[in-house]
Amino acid sequence: MPGGYAGKFLDVDLTRKKIEDTKYDDETLEAYFGGRGLAAKILWDRIGERWPEVDPLGPDNIFIALTGPMTAIYPGARICCSGKSPVSNGTVGSTASTEFALELKTAGYDGVIVTGRAKDPVYILVTDEGGEIRDAGHLWGKVGEETIKVLNREVTAELTKRKPGVGLWREPGMIYIGPAGENMVRNAAVVTKICHAAGYGGYGSVMGSKNLKAIVAKGRGKIPEVYAPEAVKLMWKKVHEHLMKPRGMRRWGTGYAGWSVGAETSSEPVRNWQEEWHDERRFGGPRFENRFWVKKYWADFNCTTSCMKISCIKTGRWKGDITDMPDYELQAYCGTNLGIFDPEDNIHISALIDNLGHSGINGPNTMGFAAELYQRGILTEEDLGFKLEWGDAEAFTKLAWLIAKREGIGDILAEGTYRAALKISEMKGVDVTKYVVHVKGIEIGAHGTRSDEDYTHDISYAASVQGGDHTSVAVDGYSELSAAVFTDCAVFCNFCFYGVPQELVFDFAKGVTGFPITRESWRRETGPRIVTLQKALLLMGGPDVFWEPIKDDDNPPRFYEPLPSGPYKGRTTDRELVEQKRGAYFETLGWDERGVPRNETLERLGLGDLEPAMKKLRK
Amino acid sequence: MIRKPGAFTKNIFIRSVLVDIKTSGGYMGNPIWIVRDYERCSGCRRCELACSMHHEGWMWPEASRIRVFMPFPGLEVPHLCAQCDDYPCVESCPVEALTVDEDTTAVLVDREKCTSCGECIDACPGKVPFLHPGDNKATICDLCGGDPECVKVCHEARYDALQLVEEGMSVQRKLFAMDPLVVAKDLAIKLFGEKGEEVI
Repeated sequence: MPGGYAGKFLDVDLTRKKIEDTKYDDETLEAYFGGRGLAAKILWDRIGERWPEVDPLGPDNIFIALTGPMTAIYPGARICCSGKSPVSNGTVGSTASTEFALELKTAGYDGVIVTGRAKDPVYILVTDEGGEIRDAGHLWGKVGEETIKVLNREVTAELTKRKPGVGLWREPGMIYIGPAGENMVRNAAVVTKICHAAGYGGYGSVMGSKNLKAIVAKGRGKIPEVYAPEAVKLMWKKVHEHLMKPRGMRRWGTGYAGWSVGAETSSEPVRNWQEEWHDERRFGGPRFENRFWVKKYWADFNCTTSCMKISCIKTGRWKGDITDMPDYELQAYCGTNLGIFDPEDNIHISALIDNLGHSGINGPNTMGFAAELYQRGILTEEDLGFKLEWGDAEAFTKLAWLIAKREGIGDILAEGTYRAALKISEMKGVDVTKYVVHVKGIEIGAHGTRSDEDYTHDISYAASVQGGDHTSVAVDGYSELSAAVFTDCAVFCNFCFYGVPQELVFDFAKGVTGFPITRESWRRETGPRIVTLQKALLLMGGPDVFWEPIKDDDNPPRFYEPLPSGPYKGRTTDRELVEQKRGAYFETLGWDERGVPRNETLERLGLGDLEPAMKKLRK
Repeated sequence: MIRKPGAFTKNIFIRSVLVDIKTSGGYMGNPIWIVRDYERCSGCRRCELACSMHHEGWMWPEASRIRVFMPFPGLEVPHLCAQCDDYPCVESCPVEALTVDEDTTAVLVDREKCTSCGECIDACPGKVPFLHPGDNKATICDLCGGDPECVKVCHEARYDALQLVEEGMSVQRKLFAMDPLVVAKDLAIKLFGEKGEEVI
């Protein structure tokens, strides 16, 4: 067996209450590596030609939580969640930093594959002895913090009972959903550690559709051994040396960007992206740090980047709210995008969103969309049951709860921004899809393209197989493959990757697995294989929405409106560049001019069994 | 036993009376302790990786002599031997598998003698020792013979949640073994205020 892998996957059928171990051969592991890539492979193998008919929120979908061979060994351990996405109808590799990944691997599992649907709420417990399905009736309806508290107590007590003499048991690792996931809010997140989330893809609702509240793991074994341990130990030190260099990411994380991205690069969503600029220094980093940060260097397993900082509100109306900084994405989406420029309100909305199990980017994107419809008089106080003015944290609190519980207008908005827009357009007789900021049903991360000053540009989202996902964007069809596509498959954190020489990272990968992997081989073969498979599944789509090649490989209308304010006033996304670069991107990856993978590409990448499905899509 | 110049004497004396002392050899400094600053612990757990690579040859957090408990996100409690004045663990061992290193004052485990009875765990006021997930033997921090790996990696990262202190007037009395949940509950109040009362 190649190094780094625990060697087996826990395969759980919730309908039949059957659990078994599944293994993948070395060739499959080398070809798809882990995480995002392997998940897409498992999905295609198991769902296959039925793809367009399978309802992502039905029992035929598969929820997958995978580590990768480098997880927990390379700095910044993460878990990668996947499945057929209820928002894009393709697949997303959606990752979150968590000790759950470590516990899974030390319990002897590389991942958990969940099929079917439990009759009543359950959670899955994974230990050295294997997996088991346990009742979660008492957890259903609980918010994140409560879920952690109860599961920590319960599982630690149970493990102590089973093996009492070995000393103190440490708390387990876990991923879970909040009420939003339970009620199948389409873009809900899989959450961990109160404020870390696998947000893109809507996998919280997939867990909810299976009546699966959480997966909890506790392992006592070694981290899986590697191909070249002495080399890996040395490289582990070297990578950490890079991460420990004094730099802004360590000191501030992204917690100072709520002001600076708006003011400097003018690419921050403000009031549902009607603007991307603001210069509100009252929303600056020091206002968060000086008043609310109670822990300045917070890290996940095997990470010295420690970009996280914990905020806690100790006084006033939001007393008791705890979250991370919030990070930039949530400062933007739970702040400026809702017209909120007050740090206290922003921390509150962020903590609430996490606790409810909304995705901190995608959920508030829908809330901002609703607020714009209210601003335009399309949604009224009567529709909502209250006024929804920009900046009104009380009103957005109500709205977050309504969506999580699918009550009133929340039931429509719980379909995610794009699908909610389709419904509201029908309901109101006006086209509101032009106010939706998404690509392929995935609401766009908080980095705009119009100013062209941020790291996101013309085709970043438009051509990406993960749509609006800001963590893995299309660049030039080449360099992205050895960056986010790789980290999502090896499953470690991007923030333990940028700043480390790529040669070192790929040497690390080779030292861990023993595969003859290089940056070039990843860019030429493994990366394209994974992205091409994802593209095929995205094109197959269905059953409720099918994306039209080219037409849907584009930015939302708002991204072509000129910026109305700020230093880059008047700038907008260059349509000509989008078209030309999109064509070049497809060409580089061996896809035809409409973005459908060519037959010879499929053959070259070992994806020949996709040909019948792709043939139907070619013109 | 030989007392070194500058070494604080009172507790060494107590130890020499109460427990069997032997030397691990090599270390020439004064007795040492690892002091924890919980607020500064990021929860990266590189200490566990460094410890297990040193003692086990590979990354094995559950076999690490220092274990970071995290009963609620943000409450990270590095848990390891505090070298009590009276060494109740050493006293409790029915087969004399536990001894005290004369130089560092760390507790040393004779894995051949250990019967995995768990008496040392029960005797420890902080429930620090544990049975190794591999060989099931009592496992306690040995201070790496005087140059602890955990402290080094913590310092490298400039967290300094773990610091090495040499024995001095009553230094060791400032440290005593505590249940990590008790530590975390106190820490919760400090970090989260009133909310801290309900998170664990």
